[in-house]
Amino acid sequence: MSQVREIGAGTVPAPAETGVAGLETSGLVKRFGGLVAVKNIGFHIKPGEILGLIGPNGSGKSTVMKLIMGIEKPNAGSVKLNGVEVAGWPTHRIARAGISLVFQHSRPLHRQTVLENIKLALLPDSFLSLTHTRAVDEAARAIAARCELDHVLDRLPAGLPFADLRRMELAKAIARDPKVVLVDEPFAGLTAPEVRSFSALIEGFREAGLAVLLVDHNVKSVAAMVDRVFAMYLGEYVADGLPDEVMRNETVRRVYLGGAIEVAARPAAAAKDEAPVLDIKDVSVFYGKAQALDNVSITMRAGEFVSVVGLNGAGKTTLFNAISGLVPYSGTIEWQGGKLAGKSAGAIARSGIVQCPESRELFGTMSVRENLDLGGQHLTVEESTKQIEWLFDLFPILRSRQAQASRTLSGGEQQMLAIARALMMRPKLLILDEPTLGLAPVILEQISKALELLRNTTPITVLLGEQNVTFALPHADRVYVLEHARIIWEGDPGRFEREVGASYL
Amino acid sequence: MTLFKRPGFWISVLFAIVAAVGPWWISAYFLGVLTVAYYFGVFAMSWDLLFGYAGEVNFGPTALIGLGAYGAAMLNFFYGVSIPVCIIFGAVVAVVGGLLLAVPALRLTGPYFGVVTLVAVLLLQNVIVIFAKYTGGEIGMTTQSVLSINTAVNYEYALGFLVICTIILYGLSRSPLGLILQSIGQDATEASALGFNVTKHKIAAFCVSALFSGLAGGMMVFYMGTASVGTVISISIDVQVIIMAVLGGRRTIVGSVLGAVFIIMANELLRPLGQLNTFVVSGIALAVILFFPDGFLGAILHRRSA
Repeated sequence: MSQVREIGAGTVPAPAETGVAGLETSGLVKRFGGLVAVKNIGFHIKPGEILGLIGPNGSGKSTVMKLIMGIEKPNAGSVKLNGVEVAGWPTHRIARAGISLVFQHSRPLHRQTVLENIKLALLPDSFLSLTHTRAVDEAARAIAARCELDHVLDRLPAGLPFADLRRMELAKAIARDPKVVLVDEPFAGLTAPEVRSFSALIEGFREAGLAVLLVDHNVKSVAAMVDRVFAMYLGEYVADGLPDEVMRNETVRRVYLGGAIEVAARPAAAAKDEAPVLDIKDVSVFYGKAQALDNVSITMRAGEFVSVVGLNGAGKTTLFNAISGLVPYSGTIEWQGGKLAGKSAGAIARSGIVQCPESRELFGTMSVRENLDLGGQHLTVEESTKQIEWLFDLFPILRSRQAQASRTLSGGEQQMLAIARALMMRPKLLILDEPTLGLAPVILEQISKALELLRNTTPITVLLGEQNVTFALPHADRVYVLEHARIIWEGDPGRFEREVGASYL
Repeated sequence: MTLFKRPGFWISVLFAIVAAVGPWWISAYFLGVLTVAYYFGVFAMSWDLLFGYAGEVNFGPTALIGLGAYGAAMLNFFYGVSIPVCIIFGAVVAVVGGLLLAVPALRLTGPYFGVVTLVAVLLLQNVIVIFAKYTGGEIGMTTQSVLSINTAVNYEYALGFLVICTIILYGLSRSPLGLILQSIGQDATEASALGFNVTKHKIAAFCVSALFSGLAGGMMVFYMGTASVGTVISISIDVQVIIMAVLGGRRTIVGSVLGAVFIIMANELLRPLGQLNTFVVSGIALAVILFFPDGFLGAILHRRSA
């Protein structure tokens, strides 16, 4: 069968093909409405090379991957595979041309065995192939062996450990002997030994002459195996080069950490004898088989401002969702002395815990005022009006935007509105999940001022989750560092830079 | 082949044999009921191929069934063409008509296909009523010929047709094509990243679904001797077909037959309840779907794989 070639044999492109070997992108632009998600991005991956594409959430790296794969069509720019322009082709054609993608969240066929799932990737794109050929079967077994899956061939995906599921996705991606493999967050949810065996597999691709693109949030997780790193922020190029060069790069550090770190802990909040208002003990969360939180314990006293800092994917959002009752967990979370487990998300919100989610969740077609009114549903009209007045003092820009549909606001204004709407619910505990996501520095300063005002003039307890340390530290009374689902450091912000500042990235 | 080792295969064979000797142990009345149930079984299987595998919800399976039924009936009524030719003609009409309606919608992602199929039923109903001169309008159209006037013979025709359709559709679902369709139904983006032309495969699945719906529609017309809007093109029948497939077990093909026999028989057996009949049957169907969302067969298969 012509579709099934020998696996692992040299994949060096035929000399007849003109142009540069490997994957070459240049001038990629992608606009979603008014938002420019990708601005003029270009890089080159040679056969046998691994490039790490990094950037925080919202930096556009996933969009770049989708542009290469044809899942999104670029507005401008070129994607060349061994010199052949593939930009604008439909996805299945790009796949047939030799680019494959390992999805982070894949959905295998649950009624089919691992072997059948791999066979799927080997089938020709024709509805006239009505029987499985022996060649497909043999090729599938060979690929499975290469990905260390031979012991689970006849099992159903549902019964597999998470690492084997990820291996199966890798097997599918290399089944058709691609020239380029794109891997989205290769190590998310894997344990340290699994990461090692996985890295070895991906390094095997390099030896087989594939061009590999690893997309991840930060340099740290891919540094050990990539040849070069390409960093993006807000859709734009930031830096590229060897991993440690990029890690040392000033702009990169500023993107992840913000600028110079300032701290301003309040001595008043240091009263440590008070009983905690929120007491999180040994909380663990699993998504299917991937562990997102590992025995996390956090305490907060009334009126405290606590920051949980960690890179994207560390488990911050999962922690907040556990508190808000949105994900099941083991361990206990106590709020004002009572256990939260078993309470509905609605009941938890009514008890005074209000989360302002990373994704903001505004009602896009409603006006600013209507969004706020919705947040104040449970208040009387006078109370609501008073609360809105107070919020307009906190975020003056919202006053002038009252009648505007919220989806037409800028990112920063949307974030302010999301915080304001959360405050309309008069929270006792306000959870802010990455308010700085994708925002420009000048906006950060405004939000920062509002948070400072909140901390100094109200009794609200605040739990802030941030990647941007410069933003998270100034307001914090105490800081927790979350890394790979675990709390690895706890202390006051003054000690942060000395003790963990350098190893954070 | 592993097929012969599967208990399900031998159970199906046993069922088929028991059903085939039906005329010796089932009353003529229930033979008639089962005959209709078998045709509905094919409707539901065709629907399952499209929804369970390709992931597209066809809210108007009777648009395809009706095209097949009226195509066959009109050719027979006006030109007196023989039954097999009429049935094949009806199936072709169903595929062509279905394609004209559905292809634009299948190219899009989102709920468009479902909406178009729903509208298609209403549109077809209207066309048939408006062009009453050619279609018999609301009264319906009587064919010149029928399959047979013997209940047992009609029953065996229906059973034979059901068995052939089951073998073909089940075989398709287990073939590489079935595998590709399942992956498309589960995640179209991932399927295209694996190199499959999603639109092309969806259209192929739709054509197969339309072909078998049309054939079954034509067969049923020549069993009943009439084609009318109320029996082959109606939203309430659409709902029944969908319930049969879901009740029997989504993505199982064979389950649809169980669902069809269950619904049609339950409707018959509960007739003494009068007006409550439909209510009770719908209630039972709803309960099964709520508690066993995978349907009869899905629940059994799941238990085994868990």
